[in-house]
Amino acid sequence: MESVQYHAPQSLEDAVPLLKEARTTPSRILAGGTDLLIQMRAGVKTPEMLIDIKKIPELTQLEMGADQIRLGAAVPSAVMDENAELHQQLPGVVEGMELIGSTQVQGRATPGGNLCNASPAGDGAPAMIVSSGQCVIFGPNGTRTIPVEEVCTAPGRTSLADDELLQEFIFPAPKPGQSDAYLRFIPRNEMDIAVVGVAANITVDASGTCTAAKVALGAIAPTVVIATDIAALLVGTKLDDDTLAAAAEMASGLGSPISDKRGTTEFRHRIAGVLTRRVIKIAAARAGERLQ
Amino acid sequence: MSKTHVTTTINGDAVEYLCEVDQSLLDVLRDTLELTGTKEGCATGDCGACSVSLDGRLVCSCLVLGVEAEGKQIETIEGVANGTELHPIQQKFLENAALQCGICTPGFIVATKALLEKNPDPTEEEARYYLAGNLCRCTGYDKIIRAVLDAAAEMRGAA
Amino acid sequence: MSTNKDYKWIGTRPIRPDGADKVTGRAAFGADKNLPGMLHAKILRSPFAHAKILSIDTSAAESASGVLAVMTSADMPDLASEMGEAGESAVDFRDLSHNILASGKVLYHGHAVAAVAATSAKLALAALKLIKVEYEELPVVLEIEDAMADDAPILHEDQFTPGGSKDKPSNVAAKMKLPRGDIDKGFAEADIIIEREFTTPTVHQGYIEPHAVTASMSASGHADIWCCTQGTFVVRAMTAKVLGMDVGKIKVTPSEIGGGFGAKTTVYLEPIAVKLSEKTGRPVKMVMDREEVLRATGPTSASVIKIKLGATNDGKLIAAQGSLKYGAGAFKGSPMAPGCMCVFASYEIPNFLIRGFDVVLNKPKVAAYRAPGAPMAAFAMESLMNEMATKLNLDPIEFRLKNAVKEGSVAAYGPKFPVIGFVETLEAAKAHPHYSAPLGKNQGRGVGTGFWFNIGMQSSATINVNESGSVTVITGSADIGGSRASMALFVAEELDISYDLITPLVSNTEEAGYCDVTGGSRTTFATGMAVVKASKNLVANMRKRAAKTWGIDIDDVTWEDGAAIAPAAADKQPLTMAQIATSAAKTGGPLTASASLTAQGAGAGFGVHICDVEVDPETGKTDVIRYTAIQDAGKAIHPSYVEGQYQGGAVQGIGWALNEEYVYNDKGVLQNFGFLDYRMPVANDLPMIDTVIVEVPNPSHPYGVRGVGETPIVPPLAAVAEAVNNAAGVRICHLPISPPRLLAEIDAK
Repeated sequence: MESVQYHAPQSLEDAVPLLKEARTTPSRILAGGTDLLIQMRAGVKTPEMLIDIKKIPELTQLEMGADQIRLGAAVPSAVMDENAELHQQLPGVVEGMELIGSTQVQGRATPGGNLCNASPAGDGAPAMIVSSGQCVIFGPNGTRTIPVEEVCTAPGRTSLADDELLQEFIFPAPKPGQSDAYLRFIPRNEMDIAVVGVAANITVDASGTCTAAKVALGAIAPTVVIATDIAALLVGTKLDDDTLAAAAEMASGLGSPISDKRGTTEFRHRIAGVLTRRVIKIAAARAGERLQ
Repeated sequence: MSKTHVTTTINGDAVEYLCEVDQSLLDVLRDTLELTGTKEGCATGDCGACSVSLDGRLVCSCLVLGVEAEGKQIETIEGVANGTELHPIQQKFLENAALQCGICTPGFIVATKALLEKNPDPTEEEARYYLAGNLCRCTGYDKIIRAVLDAAAEMRGAA
Repeated sequence: MSTNKDYKWIGTRPIRPDGADKVTGRAAFGADKNLPGMLHAKILRSPFAHAKILSIDTSAAESASGVLAVMTSADMPDLASEMGEAGESAVDFRDLSHNILASGKVLYHGHAVAAVAATSAKLALAALKLIKVEYEELPVVLEIEDAMADDAPILHEDQFTPGGSKDKPSNVAAKMKLPRGDIDKGFAEADIIIEREFTTPTVHQGYIEPHAVTASMSASGHADIWCCTQGTFVVRAMTAKVLGMDVGKIKVTPSEIGGGFGAKTTVYLEPIAVKLSEKTGRPVKMVMDREEVLRATGPTSASVIKIKLGATNDGKLIAAQGSLKYGAGAFKGSPMAPGCMCVFASYEIPNFLIRGFDVVLNKPKVAAYRAPGAPMAAFAMESLMNEMATKLNLDPIEFRLKNAVKEGSVAAYGPKFPVIGFVETLEAAKAHPHYSAPLGKNQGRGVGTGFWFNIGMQSSATINVNESGSVTVITGSADIGGSRASMALFVAEELDISYDLITPLVSNTEEAGYCDVTGGSRTTFATGMAVVKASKNLVANMRKRAAKTWGIDIDDVTWEDGAAIAPAAADKQPLTMAQIATSAAKTGGPLTASASLTAQGAGAGFGVHICDVEVDPETGKTDVIRYTAIQDAGKAIHPSYVEGQYQGGAVQGIGWALNEEYVYNDKGVLQNFGFLDYRMPVANDLPMIDTVIVEVPNPSHPYGVRGVGETPIVPPLAAVAEAVNNAAGVRICHLPISPPRLLAEIDAK
């Protein structure tokens, strides 16, 4: 039996030779480990090398700038949750992450890990997408930046090369009158995987008219569904009940949800609509509060 | 199979051990160091029986690798009491009959300690939310939550 | 016997004697036992739910690195079909053997096929992959009614339905019929008749501690077993039978047990560990992981229950008919019989007919789960009672009071009830503020009642007095929820000494007198009875010692305040227990007393639960927002642990009602094999669970005790379902009331 190699580089520079080695050695990036360790124990993932990224400073920084928010890929959810300013600026992104698992899991789980695990039901991605998150991808040849929605390509698959790692997320700071929200449905109140998850980022003006919108749904398709039609429907309206009902109906028709132990196809369609309506309301209310 | 040498601190003691990379901290604690107070209920992070504190952060030790403990501070159930003097949380669990079989109890006590360090005056709802990752099948949680709130009151009074 | 006097200790709430060890991590549970030179064994499990085993080739595994032994069913004796006692029910030892390691056929996905002992668990797991098993897949049958069909795939070619065809094997392993009166006449006289079919899913006991054992076979052929079990003597008996050993060659030492709820009254690992230890001459440890626990232990039966109920306009039940089908899993022995016996047990019904069916199918063999068989039966019957009350325009508790069994009523299963507390429990529920509290939008309230027989069986106890006057109480009854505290309270009360002077022990099969399993809600009742009897023997002995010391007749010595006194002899100073103990050498030697008995007169337990829920009509999600469990305990020895039983049972029932279920694919592979997707209630799913302890003393117990552990899981299924009905306007006949199902019901309204 082969032993697994473990490396915990102290800097991005130190990570480079390891990433190069990862081109030929089956490897996994270890962030919080809350998915990876379970997959390894179940024999689903069998890496020969683990690269623990939690000691790389750039990956564990959370920087609240005037124009942008930089969130290291390996910042634990609990640290995000404890940051009051982040709650104020990107409440939906925080909601997505802090819904993942228990308090214990929160101490370990990271936004980068959640995204790169590429589960169709991942709670982190929808809100990061609607809040226009960009991913800085680091590799031996430097960095490249792609939108969050371009990371997951299929269940369990990402667009990152074997020699790349997700370094950080960059979010534009929300404008006045703009905010986000994330809601998911689970049968219990905690400790479940989303049956459906919906995020919305809404901008309103002083009259309460929606001037910009982004809606994304998780767990209804192999990857997150960005509902551009719903966004288009919302813009220009006052997000009245009829509009939200129409948005809900559109959401119920999206994706290709599966029937499994967590919910049926019909149920997922229904819940997508209900959550879409509710989450737009929450995001819009928050956006309204940010007008002052 | 080569093993990795790890130097860490457990309940204030400097500890060294050898472990394989894919060995969890839980397995190291229980099998290598014979600190069997930390329990395994699922090994998938869903029951909280293996809760420990890692650099002040509550975690499931089944979801931490033994090698990741290098240079860290770990606290387990064995370090909660002060010698033979029970911690107020332990005392309140006893007084409130907050355990039946007792297998989840170490995890609950470690988690409660983390909760009360962060929030000395939790509401019932906050306590239930914080402890939702600790499964108990015997008590229905009623007496556990009462013990947690009782311990919080006691510790606030004592502080 | 006096149950009304003020007790010094009974009914108080001292800290449990084993508590400090359990809050500090010092208590040793099943997986905490390690021995020098110990091997680790792992089990190869079937990838198919139904298949013939054509061949097993273990040669590569045997020569793998670190492997010391491999075992299959060929290493166990071929047993003839023979029924024996197993916990609180019966077991066919051949089935037991074939469940431990499959012989000829695998009957469910996860069925154990072979075991490997190696120097580490990792090497044992690696070696499992080297075992080559050739299977021939067979059609799978998972649903009860499919398994009963004429053309169903047959699990056991040698199993025939009693009273049925002697040529055609059948999956119906047993049938039961309980009649009374004339149901045709009864239904003809009824003003209102309701008939419905109810289904409940396969659910697991869900104990947090996986099964674990360490075994060591000595060169003299004596086996030592350390394991987490509800009954050391049943582990001994089963292991002996399955391995063809004498019980005298096996010693079973109980660890602390991390929950069992009935499922740790059988064996899965113990005989394998003993055999592998015999093969290797080394201690062998086996610990299941959670996936193995869910795939291959427990669970309890799924059920299909059809009930027809007839009542007259004045609110009296007049006729009832029930068909109760329970899935047994791979081998016969579902709790169909207790289900049939319980289904109408709470009510006086002049005419009824109950039929039961025990059906095998390709799922793990069921194990006992808290009031085995009763919750499903009560879900059906109590749901109909609620519906009938509505149709009669009667308050549901009032309707039950009109029909409730009381002292002298003949139970549906035969005997006449002695003093029981159903009426008192119903009255307490009706008077509880919860029952009349206002409800908000989308909220609803439901009630359900529950009955369980409770059992007596055999128990022993020994009390040893230390030279200081403190005592040790030894029993062989596993403490699964605070029974050590109860035993100490009995001794404190009887000897009239401080609770703190008493050390209760749960000992092994060679040092404790025989005790049947901790199950059937019998421990505080029956083992408690043995402890009381031993205490009385000890008091008599100590009075004798005092009489001897004083040179007076024993009849002139009484026992009070922890001391012997001679009321008629003013010059004799009381002799304290410590003094008697100190001088025991001169009065006849060490003080010790024992008692053993087959406890008779277990008092039936009745409970009434009130549940409030709030339903989200858009998502079908149900939240329990208030809950009260009311139950007759006879006499609560340690009220905190009685309340704990009510609360824990209620919450298991809530889980059963709302979200727990085994989800299989069509190949019979369990899909939700972890705590993540087998959704047991977590702390923030629940409110506080209020309790009311009703005390209608059981005349057969010296302190009036009734068992309390099992009844609390019986009422919740119907109580929750009725609350949902009242919140959302849909009658629930199928569990769980998961959001997709409830939303579909709301849509169909």
